[in-house]
Amino acid sequence: MADLTTQLGRVQLKNPVMTASGTFGYGTEFLDFMDLSRIGGIIVKGTTLRERQGNPYPRMAETPSGMLNAVGLQNKGTQYFIEHIYPDIKDYDTSIFVNVSGSSIEEYVEIAEKINELDKIPGIELNISCPNVKEGGMAFGVSCPLASEVVKAVRKVYHKELMVKLSPNVTDVAEIARAVEYEGADSVSLINTLLGMAVNAKTRKPVLSTITGGLSGPAVKPIALRMVWQVANAVKIPVVGLGGIMNANDAIEFMLVGASAVQIGTASFIDPAISVKIVEGINAYLDENGFVSAREIVGAMEV
Amino acid sequence: MKKFILDLTVVDNVRLNYQYVLLKLTHSEKLPPVLPGQFAEVRVDGSPETFLRRPISINFIDTLRNELWLLIQVVGAGTRQLASLRQGDMLNMIFPLGNTFTVPAVKNAKIALIGGGVGVAPLLMYGEWLYRKGFECNFMIGARSREDLLQLDEFSKYGHVFTTTEDGTHGEKGYITQHSLLNTPDFDYIFTCGPTPMMKAVSRYAQENGIFCEASLENTMACGIGSCLCCVTDTTEGNLCVCTEGPIFNVTKLKWQI
Repeated sequence: MADLTTQLGRVQLKNPVMTASGTFGYGTEFLDFMDLSRIGGIIVKGTTLRERQGNPYPRMAETPSGMLNAVGLQNKGTQYFIEHIYPDIKDYDTSIFVNVSGSSIEEYVEIAEKINELDKIPGIELNISCPNVKEGGMAFGVSCPLASEVVKAVRKVYHKELMVKLSPNVTDVAEIARAVEYEGADSVSLINTLLGMAVNAKTRKPVLSTITGGLSGPAVKPIALRMVWQVANAVKIPVVGLGGIMNANDAIEFMLVGASAVQIGTASFIDPAISVKIVEGINAYLDENGFVSAREIVGAMEV
Repeated sequence: MKKFILDLTVVDNVRLNYQYVLLKLTHSEKLPPVLPGQFAEVRVDGSPETFLRRPISINFIDTLRNELWLLIQVVGAGTRQLASLRQGDMLNMIFPLGNTFTVPAVKNAKIALIGGGVGVAPLLMYGEWLYRKGFECNFMIGARSREDLLQLDEFSKYGHVFTTTEDGTHGEKGYITQHSLLNTPDFDYIFTCGPTPMMKAVSRYAQENGIFCEASLENTMACGIGSCLCCVTDTTEGNLCVCTEGPIFNVTKLKWQI
């Protein structure tokens, strides 16, 4: 058994496998299928200051080897999370991160301040990359000055692990990564979904109520892999890779190009127990190839 | 209720007509408990076009034979692949998912189960359940034509069957909501599943006549367990997941009615 522990900025994970925000609820939905203590971390559903109803149905379209979603950050708001959800999940034996999303810098700051008070939440994932909300979200993640500004403001009030989730819908993702690193991000995660769309030729209408949505699943994996590689080469802080990881081999590929940890997203919809299987698969790979630690394969791709 | 991920084995694939098949599946161990109206997320293996699981109503549980039935309407790549399964093939399923129908408060309640198309699927299991508990059921089934009426022999085991067809080839001519049985609105409970326009019409009828009514929705889903928030329907309580808060809703809660 190799050493699977992973250092992610200020937090040590028991292994490099986390579940991606918006694909794993609050973990409770998966208790029938897996032991949550077997995974490195859970990033809970995107949380906004106030309750959001999200976008109207239809919010999802299946696409070749993937899916588009336009959920639009439906959640019950920060206060509800603190009072009603946190008590139920705080004692899970894994690292729980809150994905934080705002429509203004003030909102990001206010949520971060509140989450900072929660003892059992070792970090937040700052979502500056949601493509499905009209204001905020991705607007912050596609502009270097705005990304810098929001990270700088949150860093002042948030004293634990600050992971920033980056958007792939940019010309130069490394530039944004460097900007948030400069402002004090402890780590970056990427990629959020790629902006896409689907049309029904029969009805001549868009499939999604919002017309465009975020593409995820194995269809995006090559793009995600390339961007993680670019960012890992551009920053010194740890990089968390995600985008279409369906099995342990995919996860290992992300680690080889420089990801210290990975997030499992859409794959959990198809196999709710997949994240544990990926932990096991990474362990088997390390053993078979004579590595004693997961850290050895981070950035170990030979060019 | 505990949910399971199980590989079931196809015992039989019965072709019901040009568009529908009935898959009968079994498991080496006793099947987990399933309530009427619940569904399964079925893994359609293979091609990029069938990436996500398909939510499919559980049509029937044959406890004696340890069989679970799925009624499949062939509409796309996923259901086409499911319809082509043969005896001995495996099917990976997550179930039981979702809620169940409300049990009528009194034994002599007048109950109508109104279905159309593949929407009859959960009504068979609920009808059998009600029959076993001593309730009397009226199954009202509508279809385009005679060959589109499904499982009438099964339904007739558990109650009275009334049909309508749009072309008049079976039962009364017209839509099921125009059936003469509904002329006297003395039902206490209506349970409906089928095409949305039909369910909306049933809902309108029930509300106009003050009848308790539940509808089973079939929104497109990804996960089936309440984690992706894709399958929501607009209700008086806001957007709710059809997979966990439903698929069965009291129609007074749904924003689509009238």
